[in-house]
Amino acid sequence: MNYGKTSKHASYDERVKRLSPKSEKPMSLLKAFAVGGGICLLGQLIRDAGLVLELEEDAAALLSTFSLVFLSALLTGLGVYDKLGRFAGAGSIVPITGFANSMVSPAMEFKREGYITGVGAKMFVIAGPVLVYGISSSVLVGLIYFFLRIAFKG
Amino acid sequence: MSVSSKRRGRQSYLLPSKPRVKSFAAIAGKKEGEGPLRGLFDIVIADDTLGEKSWERAESRMLEDVIRLCLEKKELSPESVDAFLGGDLLNQIVSASFAARQLGVPFLGLYGACSTMAESLLIGSMLIDGGFAQNVVCATCSHFSTAERQYRFPLEMGSVRPPYAQWTVTGAGATALTAEQGYPIAIESLTLGAVVDYNQNDENNMGAAMAPAAADTLRSHLAEMNRGADYYDLIVTGDLGRVGQALFEELCAEHGIELGGRYLDCGSEIFAPEQNLYSGGSGCGCSALVLNGKLLKEMERGERRRMLFMATGALLSPTTTLQGESIPGIAHAVSLEVC
Amino acid sequence: MMMYLKVFAVGGLICAAGQLLLIYTRLGSAKILVLFVTLGVFLSALGLYQPLVDFAGAGATVPLPGFGHLLAKGALEAVREDGLAGALTGGTAAAAGGIAAAIALGYAVALLFTPKTKE
Repeated sequence: MNYGKTSKHASYDERVKRLSPKSEKPMSLLKAFAVGGGICLLGQLIRDAGLVLELEEDAAALLSTFSLVFLSALLTGLGVYDKLGRFAGAGSIVPITGFANSMVSPAMEFKREGYITGVGAKMFVIAGPVLVYGISSSVLVGLIYFFLRIAFKG
Repeated sequence: MSVSSKRRGRQSYLLPSKPRVKSFAAIAGKKEGEGPLRGLFDIVIADDTLGEKSWERAESRMLEDVIRLCLEKKELSPESVDAFLGGDLLNQIVSASFAARQLGVPFLGLYGACSTMAESLLIGSMLIDGGFAQNVVCATCSHFSTAERQYRFPLEMGSVRPPYAQWTVTGAGATALTAEQGYPIAIESLTLGAVVDYNQNDENNMGAAMAPAAADTLRSHLAEMNRGADYYDLIVTGDLGRVGQALFEELCAEHGIELGGRYLDCGSEIFAPEQNLYSGGSGCGCSALVLNGKLLKEMERGERRRMLFMATGALLSPTTTLQGESIPGIAHAVSLEVC
Repeated sequence: MMMYLKVFAVGGLICAAGQLLLIYTRLGSAKILVLFVTLGVFLSALGLYQPLVDFAGAGATVPLPGFGHLLAKGALEAVREDGLAGALTGGTAAAAGGIAAAIALGYAVALLFTPKTKE
């Protein structure tokens, strides 16, 4: 039994690489840059509008996050965000709106499997790992910081 | 007649009774109906839910409908069908078994991924040639929206796929085979595919995973039947797509098989490049639609007299992909001829 | 006006970096999101992300590394205030608003809308 790479497979890999079309790099980078930058710009505009309305700094930031998440959820529901995703690639995946889309879309998709076992369970299919690694590393960072503080005080 | 007289070499079989194609039908989705094969399908569905409450139900309905349509064309009743052979891509092949529940026909569920159309024709024609059945119906289906949620991402997610990826075909095709003579198209010989794995593990590049299996089956078939590729007017692969097709052509050239202009791939055929569906179609429905929508019609009109139909399958699952396993490929060959 | 240009440029560049990973690696979007959040947490803890936020505002906070920054900043502040317990609560508390909004809206949208097939 041989499940490992053989020279035959290695030369086939080269052939696959040669014959598989590549993504249009400059164009897709430009689209990701423009859409991603645009979403961030929108976030900044909402935050500044909040400041004009005399909100606290933190409240204005929260307003901006809420608005973007709301907009993303709405566009996902209306079936627009997936089209934006095909156009912009990482430009609509990397901003917080992409994170919201990754929670809203499975929630919608698995409605037919029930509101608890479908919507409830599947909402975190993609967002779950982000929270697991994000929160775990924040705890780790917090712990390291805590012990460093003790060490330096002592 | 003894087994050894039907068997040719390790994988191939001659069917002396030449089981006939009695009837065939195809139901296509919207994109498939707008592609290069528009106008060739019996029904093109506008709403891919078919008014059902889930896409899984819609897929199963599509399969049931295409079988009923196929039988009605030649006034066959479900009672006169000895067996329904078929499968699909969903877990535990529920589309096929749920359709079989509605039809009330004895059922053999098959899983060969996208090679299932050829696998069902292969076993169906053996049942007839062996004298076990008079009429069988072979049918498969796939549905973009069910495959997407099972294998990839939710539909409304802004996901990105590479340009060499393939698009799952929404469609179902059925072929009724019979022991009766007097129909023009016959199944003449078969080659059972072996599983071939060239260590490909990109689940988006299924054409690359399947092309070696198709080349292997074709080589075995031609060697064991003692034929050259020019024996056939047309050699058909299932759903390699444009990337897999190019790989297959190179592999054949290396084996000294000259395909010439007599080759087409269903995955490349079903969608036009302008439809922007990456490198072509895939899914059980892909080869089922091209066979039952286009190719059998061309044979019936006598435009093609000898055709080798090789549906190809990528034998992966979401679990094996996550576990980093490579993707085994398979291809089964069915030789059809006009008598 | 200059600020908006910086927001656009930095936000766009972070997304373009994500696009590079999409094209040149087989990570896929799920793993890229995890990578960016984790990166944000550690860069922020090392004090490297706050300058970018000061420079580009939402251009640095809206992309996912900004979410990581929020988590890390929350954890460090809470450690200063509450000690050890803060290490556990700080990050999640800081991100709670965004997460709760996504959960609640996700649920509401799932109630109201049904997915359509891809065009």
